[in-house]
Amino acid sequence: MWYERLRPWIGLMRPGDYLTLAFALALCLVSAATLWRGGAPDKAVVRAGGQIFAEIGLDRARIIEVPGPLGITRIEIEPGRARVASDPGPRQYCVRQGWLTQSGATAICAPNEISLSLTGGDSAYDSLHY
Amino acid sequence: MTPSTTEIRATGDDVRIARLAAAAIVLSVAEAAIPLPLPGVKPGLANIVILIVLLRWGWRDAVWVALLRVFAGSLLLGQFLAPGFFLSLAGSVASLAVLGLAVHLPRRWFGTVSLSLFAAFAHIGGQLVLARLWLVPHDGVFYLVPVFALAATVFGLVNGLVAGRLMREIT
Repeated sequence: MWYERLRPWIGLMRPGDYLTLAFALALCLVSAATLWRGGAPDKAVVRAGGQIFAEIGLDRARIIEVPGPLGITRIEIEPGRARVASDPGPRQYCVRQGWLTQSGATAICAPNEISLSLTGGDSAYDSLHY
Repeated sequence: MTPSTTEIRATGDDVRIARLAAAAIVLSVAEAAIPLPLPGVKPGLANIVILIVLLRWGWRDAVWVALLRVFAGSLLLGQFLAPGFFLSLAGSVASLAVLGLAVHLPRRWFGTVSLSLFAAFAHIGGQLVLARLWLVPHDGVFYLVPVFALAATVFGLVNGLVAGRLMREIT
């Protein structure tokens, strides 16, 4: 069997070698987890009519209602993400964008003059760059 | 040809180090022919030779072989004094420093695989520090750290096993 041929190689490993190998793998995982986390947002910024209406931390779930010229736009916040839950606009683009999870992502409800964007983390790009 | 006035006699040590360095140089020239996706990710086969020299003849010889490998290898590949040469040198120096400490670990518990992994991580560490200070003065280089760490783990393990096997064959 193929693993029979691995046996002499495994015999070269000493107890401390497994420790070192585990440490090396842990270092790979930790470095990937910390360095590739870029873009995790920590705050949602809601604008209405060009003015900042609210800045909300993405730490707990809540729903806020924002008044615009057409009516109420409901914005839903959950830990780490946010979306426009409902909007009185005719084409519903901002609602159909769904959950925003990346820092810099923006949903614009133009008819109702309301926008939702996520900030914080490493926001090198906004949605328009994609 | 006029005979040289100075006579340099090669001692047994010189000949041994030259032969081992030649083996290391051959391996680094051979692996330069392997296409790899990222600059900096290399198997580092010459480290197998360095490990064996370290364990059989000690740290001083390992330093000689490693540095001769860096200089002669870069001359052969046309990389001498190019950025790649300095990265290679920084990696080797860091790796030799770490090996100088790691060789004192108890042999019963820590074999060639541990030494090889330590050397591989020191190698990428030295290269990254130099790259960050000099070539890419931006924290963007650290974005590649997980890739380099994974390469160091895989190649460190394989080189360590090969070095262990060769040590067993020659002793």
